[in-house]
Amino acid sequence: MSRLTEAEAVETAASRKYKYGFTTKMEYEEFPRGLNEDIIREISRRKNEPEWMLEFRLKSFHHWLTMEEPDWPNVHYQKPNYDDIIYYSSPKEKPKKDSLDEVDPDILETYEKLGIPLHEQKMLQNVAVDAVFDSVSVATTFKKKLAEAGVIFCSISEAIQDHPELVKKYMGSVIPTNDNFFAALNSAVFSDGSFCFVPKGVKCPMELSTYFRINNPDSGQFERTLIIAEEGAEVSYLEGCTAPMFDTNQLHAAVVELVALEDADIKYSTVQNWYPGDENGVGGIFNFVTKRGICKGDRAKISWTQVETGSAVTWKYPSVILKGDNSVGEFYSVALTNDYQQADTGTKMIHLGKNTRSTIISKGISAGKSQNSYRGLVKIGKKAHGSRNYSVCDSMLIGSECGAHTFPFIESSNNTSSIEHEATTSKIGEDQIFYLQQRGLDEEQAISLIINGFCKEVFKELPLEFAVEATKLLSIKLEGSVG
Amino acid sequence: MLKIIDLHARVEGEKEVILKGINLEINKGEVHAIMGPNGSGKSTLAKVIAGHPAYEVISGQVLFEGEDILEMDPDERARLGLFLAFQYPVEVPGVSNAMLIREAVNAVRKERGQDEFDPLEFEDFIVDKLKLVEMDEKFLDRSVNAGFSGGEKKRNEILQLAAMEPRLSLLDETDSGLDIDALRIVSEGINSLRTSENSFMLVTHYQRILNYIKPDKVHVLIDGRIAKSGGSELALELEDQGYDWLIKDAHVNGEA
Repeated sequence: MSRLTEAEAVETAASRKYKYGFTTKMEYEEFPRGLNEDIIREISRRKNEPEWMLEFRLKSFHHWLTMEEPDWPNVHYQKPNYDDIIYYSSPKEKPKKDSLDEVDPDILETYEKLGIPLHEQKMLQNVAVDAVFDSVSVATTFKKKLAEAGVIFCSISEAIQDHPELVKKYMGSVIPTNDNFFAALNSAVFSDGSFCFVPKGVKCPMELSTYFRINNPDSGQFERTLIIAEEGAEVSYLEGCTAPMFDTNQLHAAVVELVALEDADIKYSTVQNWYPGDENGVGGIFNFVTKRGICKGDRAKISWTQVETGSAVTWKYPSVILKGDNSVGEFYSVALTNDYQQADTGTKMIHLGKNTRSTIISKGISAGKSQNSYRGLVKIGKKAHGSRNYSVCDSMLIGSECGAHTFPFIESSNNTSSIEHEATTSKIGEDQIFYLQQRGLDEEQAISLIINGFCKEVFKELPLEFAVEATKLLSIKLEGSVG
Repeated sequence: MLKIIDLHARVEGEKEVILKGINLEINKGEVHAIMGPNGSGKSTLAKVIAGHPAYEVISGQVLFEGEDILEMDPDERARLGLFLAFQYPVEVPGVSNAMLIREAVNAVRKERGQDEFDPLEFEDFIVDKLKLVEMDEKFLDRSVNAGFSGGEKKRNEILQLAAMEPRLSLLDETDSGLDIDALRIVSEGINSLRTSENSFMLVTHYQRILNYIKPDKVHVLIDGRIAKSGGSELALELEDQGYDWLIKDAHVNGEA
């Protein structure tokens, strides 16, 4: 390669590094920094919430005050100053619109730039989108078509107004308000998020999707997602996340709860690409997220698929409680860290019902000076006769300055159950790349082929468009890391 | 086809020079064998020609069809028609053999201005090549070299060679670690790929493979230099007498 093209290549790679890093100029409703009861009352008042919702928030807040930020994850960061965060941030225009034509054109443009067109007539794919900009849901598409099928898909704020009985019944039923520090904080201050209800026997006619965007440098994002699939219902849900580049850290503490009743099937896929900070580890999102689903009824199934490529620090364990007999939990994960990123991620599979089955496939890729940890718990309860777990945790190292760690925990109280765990660590080397280059593939193709091979079992779980996107994303993130 | 002029090379970042002035010319349609004791630089020569990044060329030229290829990336060289059959083929878990070979073949076809194969066309194309190395179709679905026996890995290299149809093939100790049946299959595969248009450079420690593949020329590499060149009878001579007499000669010449 000649000097000139090398310089060009470096430039292209650098500029492609984080293409979502732009900011949209918006005016925000002013809201004071810090957290106290008055702030919570104000959030609730602005959202015109019923009394029970305010009570839920205040109870959570009081729990939170008694809790400590966890120290056990294998990550190191300057803890956020919780008094300096703005807990509610909403674009000044009245947020929720009946029609997309009324949404602020700047926000629509932001989503266009992100490649997420919200105009329904422009949408080619059969995907309904709920867009959350900073803390507020700005647009939900395809509502009518979904409503005809009986599916409710809207922002959680709307759900609190229009379907209070459902929200009251299920919110906090999977992740109690005092579950952990970040979940308690979220329960106190959550601003918006998505709500989905698929009634008995209904197969959701299209993929549902939420795109989250943090735009305000001083605000935290605390979204709340609740998905309920009644008996025999089926839904597939996708989640995408991006944020502008700031040299400060923004806190993202979301809570996602999934409830699957008898024979229901929920598939939840995430492509997380929050801003990871620059190559020196300055800035980036703190992604401290609690995600959990419960297979409440017999033969229910919950499947988590995640592709985690962004954030400065990730702390996230999408889990499944297998309560119903013969219920199934799955966790497919690709976590990639580069530069100074740190990730501590994995899952918990809690087997309570008989003949419950869980599968864990975790693929960690570490490059640069990053640290990537898998942390998992497989717990088999006393009554979970004949249950099975199968776990695979593979790590791939790129370069010599990064780290890969696995912390698998197994607790079994039932001797009729079986647990299998496999783990490998490999290094993507000069030799592997040279081999593929010798077969005529350029370096980028070679890396992408190797990474794809490594992640194949996870990518095949993603909806097709997402799989293509995820493959591209990983290649871009790794450009220039090898050699 | 290939012309090497006064090539000096070493491992990147190290002092010791491994190739100390190689001169070699391989013409269209010829098969050359590069022999020599361990550590003489045979494999290094093959890797440097292919552009392995671990090696640094200090001076000299490598001309392929008249063009100096030393500044080219390994993949550019490959697309021009230079193939290296690896001594230790690398495993690529999760990537099927079929996918790799299809991408490889298409990379070459694109370079030549031919249409790329779609998966069905490729299937037809590759089935014929499989017969050449007596490999079953299920090899295509397995991950590249992962869990392959030594012999399977080497046959897989020849399969890739056959599919990519290179102009010059460098075979780096393709015979090592093969039992007699695998050696026969590999050799017959190579023989059937010989034409008046393409050339081969066989790097080998033993004379054994030359019973199957008759070289036009044999070169003996001692301590980074070609100590002796000759016809195929030179290989037999080495079989009888070993390398010692040439090593002594090389030392005498080196000191003179």
